[in-house]
Order: sequence, then C-alpha cells, then structure tokens
Amino acid sequence: METLIQQLINGLVIGSVYALIALGYTMVYGILGLINFAHGDVLMVGALTALQTMMFLMGVAPGMSPIYMLTIALMVAIPVCMTLGFLMERLAYRRLRNAPRLAPLITAIGMSFLLQTIAMIIWGRNYHTFPQLISTTPLQPIEGVFITPVQVIIIVASAAIMIGLSLLVTRTRIGRAMRATAENHRVASLMGVDTNAIIAFTFVVGAALAAVAGVMYASNYGIAHYGMGFMPGLKAFTAAVLGGIGNLGGAMLGGIMLGLVESFGAGYIEHLTFGFLNSSYQDIFAFIILGLVLIFKPTGLLGERVSDRA
Amino acid sequence: MKQTIVALAVMSIGLSAAHAQQVVKLGNAAPLTGTISHLGKDLENGTRMAIETVNAQGGADIGGQKVKFELVGEDDQADPRTGTTVAQRLVDAGVKGVVGHLNSGTSIPASRIYDQGGVPQVSPASTNPKLTLQNYKGVFRTIANDVQQGGALGDFAVKTLGAAKVAIIDDRTAYGQGLADETDKAVKAAGAQVVAREFTTDKATEFNAILTKIRAANPDVIFFGGMDAQAGPMLRQIKQLGINAKFMTGDGGCSPEMIKLAGDAISSTTYCSMAGLPIEKMPGGAKFREDYQKRFGGNVQVYAPYAYDAAMAIIKAMERAGSVEPAKYLPELKATNFDGVTGNVSFDDNGDLKEGAVTVYQFKDGDWVAL
Repeated sequence: METLIQQLINGLVIGSVYALIALGYTMVYGILGLINFAHGDVLMVGALTALQTMMFLMGVAPGMSPIYMLTIALMVAIPVCMTLGFLMERLAYRRLRNAPRLAPLITAIGMSFLLQTIAMIIWGRNYHTFPQLISTTPLQPIEGVFITPVQVIIIVASAAIMIGLSLLVTRTRIGRAMRATAENHRVASLMGVDTNAIIAFTFVVGAALAAVAGVMYASNYGIAHYGMGFMPGLKAFTAAVLGGIGNLGGAMLGGIMLGLVESFGAGYIEHLTFGFLNSSYQDIFAFIILGLVLIFKPTGLLGERVSDRA
Repeated sequence: MKQTIVALAVMSIGLSAAHAQQVVKLGNAAPLTGTISHLGKDLENGTRMAIETVNAQGGADIGGQKVKFELVGEDDQADPRTGTTVAQRLVDAGVKGVVGHLNSGTSIPASRIYDQGGVPQVSPASTNPKLTLQNYKGVFRTIANDVQQGGALGDFAVKTLGAAKVAIIDDRTAYGQGLADETDKAVKAAGAQVVAREFTTDKATEFNAILTKIRAANPDVIFFGGMDAQAGPMLRQIKQLGINAKFMTGDGGCSPEMIKLAGDAISSTTYCSMAGLPIEKMPGGAKFREDYQKRFGGNVQVYAPYAYDAAMAIIKAMERAGSVEPAKYLPELKATNFDGVTGNVSFDDNGDLKEGAVTVYQFKDGDWVAL
C-alpha cells in the first residue's frame, strides 16, 4: 500500500512539471498551429540562468536566506526566458507565419539545436549541481510514504499557476483576445485585436511557465545541464497530444496522466505482464496509452472543444 | 653552399648512427587535451618511462643487436573519431606497437585500424570486455576488465558488506549493462539474492518510480551500473525516498564529479570500484612513484604504471622473438609472463590480464578512500 501511494506521489510530482511545460506547447499550438520544439530548451535556459544567479548571489551575499535567493533567481530566470520567447517569435516564427507548415516546424527544431549549442558554449558540457535551497529532507506524512518539501511546493505551485492561467484565458480581456485569435486570426484582427501582440504575448507566457518548470525540475533533481530540456520537452509534448493539443485543460490532464502512467508503468509493468516486460520498457507503457487514446479519440482526451482552444 | 654542406654532414651523421644502432618507433595514443588530459598525459609518461629505461641500458637486445626505441605520441582527445584518425597516423608512421588508448570508446574503433595495419595494441586503461572480444589477434590490455570488476563488486557486496538482498539498476549502455550483468552473476554466485533488476537510460534524471519499486523489495545494497551523471541524482532520490540501503557503483561513478552531484546524499555507505590497484599496493609501486616524480616532477595519476607495463610487455616480446616485426613477435606477446610494476602480467586467450586487480573505494571525509 505504501508503494502504491508513493508511486502516486512520484507520478503527481513529475506530472505537474510535465503539465506546466505542456501548457506552453499547447498555447502556441492553439494560436498558431505550430509545434514549438524549442520549448524544452527554454526550460533549460531558465534553470541554468537561475543557477547562474544563485552562484552570483552566493558570492556577493553568502548569508542570504535561501527563500529570498530562490525568489531572486526565479525573478531573473523568468524575464530572461520571456525575452527569449519573445525574440524567438519575433525573429524566426513571425517571418514564417504564412509559409508552408513544414517551414516553421523545421525552424523550431533548428532553434532547439541553436539554444542547446549556445548554452553549451556559455555553461560548458559538464553537469552542474543545482543548489537545493529548499530542504530535500523527506517528510513522512503516512508511515512509509515519503515526500520532500520541494515536491510539495512543485505540486502546489503548479496547481496555482494552472488555475491562474485558466482565469487569465477565460476571464480577462487579453484572454478573450487570445481565444479570438486562436479561433480565426483574420477575423480577430478585423475586430480590432492586435493579433501580432497577442501571439507574442502567448509565447512570452509560455516561456515564463517553462522557466518556472525548469527551476522546479532542477531543484527537485539537484542537477542542471545544457541538454536537460530535451527529455521533459518531449514528454510534455506527448502529454499535450494526449490531452488534446491546443486545449489548456487537456494539457494539464495529459501532463498529470502521463506522469502517473509513467510512474505506475515503471512500478507495475513487470507484474502486469507476468515478467514479460520490465522497467526498461517503461516509456513504451506511456506510448501505448497515447496510441490507444489517439486510435479511439484522434483529437486527444479533451480535444473536441476546438472552438475553445487558446 | 655552406648550408648544404652542413646539412649533408648532419645527414651523414644521422645515417651512420642509424647504421650503428637501429631505432624502433613505438606509438602511444591517449587524450592529451580536454577534460581528462591529465590522465592521458600520465598514461603517455608511463610509456615514455619504459622506453627511457630501456634506452638508458643501451637499448634492448633483439636478435643480437642493440635496439633503441623512440616514442611517437598522439592525442586522441578521448573522441572515437579522432581516435581512429590518430590510429591511422600511427600505422602510417610505421610504429611497431601501440600503447593505448585510454577510453574504451576510442580503443574499440581504433583497434580495427591497428588490426588492418598489422600493429599490436596494448591498452593500459580500457576496461570494456568487448575490446578483446573482436577476434583481432593483436589486442591486449594490462588492466582488469569489467567482467573482473563486476565479479569483485558482487563479491564485496555479499562477503564484505554482508548483503543478503541486492537490487541492481543499469543504464542500458554497453558499459553499464555489461558491468551490471557481471555484478548480478557474482552476487548470485556468492549466495545472495538479486531482489530487483531495474533499468533506466544514460539520459535520465528521474528514478523515483523504479526506486519505489526497489524499496518494496527492501534490499541491503543497491548497485548501479552507469555514469556519475545518473548515479549522483539517483543517490539523492534514494535518500529522499527514505531508503537505507548501501549504494555501490562502478568506475563510471567513482569520480570527484559523483561526490559533487550527489551533494549531501553521499555518505560512508557509498562505495565504488576502479580497475587496478592504488599505487601504494603495487609490487613495484614505491620505486615507480619515486622515479616518476624525479623524471616528470609530479605525482602518478592512475595509468602510468599500467602503460609502463604495457610498453615493457611489447619490448620483452620483441627480445624473446629476436625481431621487431609484429608478425614475428606477436606469438611471444601472447605468451607474456613477467612481474611488472603493477603485478604479474600475463594474458589469457582473448588478451585480457589473467590476474586483473580491482579496488573498492568508500566515501570518507569528502573523498574516495581505497579499501
């Protein structure tokens, strides 16, 4: 029983991070129909910028409280990533907005390589230790079930951010403009929506979420590296497709679900297949679920609400 | 005109010297630039010392003639592609034998070039079992391979740490899987139980799911076959899940980097292993260290004694065969049996060291300490 609850917690933690990243994918897709493959690398830039900031702060103000230090690091990482998201859209994707669909897709892949290479030049090839400023000493809420304060913060903060984003999209003026742009660019601009600004805003918000996710990811595992964005980026993309790409609720549901499936998959695949498959097939498990969902529901779990995408 | 005469004079001196004494080229390949260049230079220094020792005695006695040796050192940058390029360069330079390379990843592809060029290769550092299993006649090593390392690790876990239940994880790479399989066998052979066998990748950072599963099996020792970049975060997650098992890993995690990445999760219940003995424990270690310090003005890192023995194995084989030609001295190289700096050097049928030593290290006071 402890094992079951522990796997549930493991799944929720990693699922929350996937969900945050998946939101960035799905928002951009909803509004532009573009898969921004460089999104995972924005996460990496966020984590490494935060790391750099912390190193600097530890140098100049060694006695600073860890919470302040982490907050300042986040306050630096988020604007850096926002600028990065803005520049990516402005310099690369905007010029290709009316090009065939393949062109921006290839550009996004190129952008991903570019970011990784630049990060490698700046931060080197080595793995970096990410300072774990929030305690990682495990708490034991139930006998035999462990959760660290960092993990609690990840789950709570992700949930708060997701609620905030939903409110932004459904309740505010700019959210309405986003939904209008997603539905139809041209008509939205005829109605007086500055679609260029809205698209740029979407990228910037997505990048900010990626920065937060990056800092969470690095704090949880205590490690940062120029290639760290690739795997979570890929998983989050899968999560977005699973939930129905273009749909905000879908990305959240898909992220959490993928986290849980992975965790339970790795934990129970051997029992479920009577020892035929083992944990080296843990990723297959996630993709089998994805395949099944797409066969029976090609738009993803929540994909039918096409008009509501943002 | 004057210059021509001088040049001619120099040439004739050179020629007469060559007539009086034959000089044979020996190759050395190791990373001399990049992050592990200190280890590569150390390896090359070992080969250099062997050659200088032989030359100082007037050369080796080969077929009734005194033969001196010349070192041709190449930099493989620890990169497989550069490794094959420098291997070709060594073959083209006409070397009669090669000491190197350092990394298994460069040794394995380079061994094909040496085989085609008919040049014997003795690696003093590469531990992947595959190196000597390619059916090339001229490939040897003077260091224990991962089969021996896995055996020692499994033995240590059961006999020294007293583990009855062991969990094994590997990263599905040739190195990690190979080492984990060998450890698995040794654990079972020593009479303990492998209660979980889990898998991850060499790019992963998330191990909570497999570790939770392992926790349910309640092992005494968790072994990981893989590199420090995974072993570090894995050890953190082990502590975060409240698992009290001891942690062991191979040479991939036996690094200062591992200590950094594991942060405060690393403790005296963390162990790792390296092929080879620490120099204090080698039969000829004390004298070698002294000579090395005198000649190069620094401390032996890791591989210099193994490189010294590798070069010596080649030179001694040439002496016994009475020829410096690879085709003639290769059978003698196979039959190598002498007491070198690192211990007895003799090869089995594959070219692996018969008595390969493995050392287990324990984390103590901020560093790895040999047990």
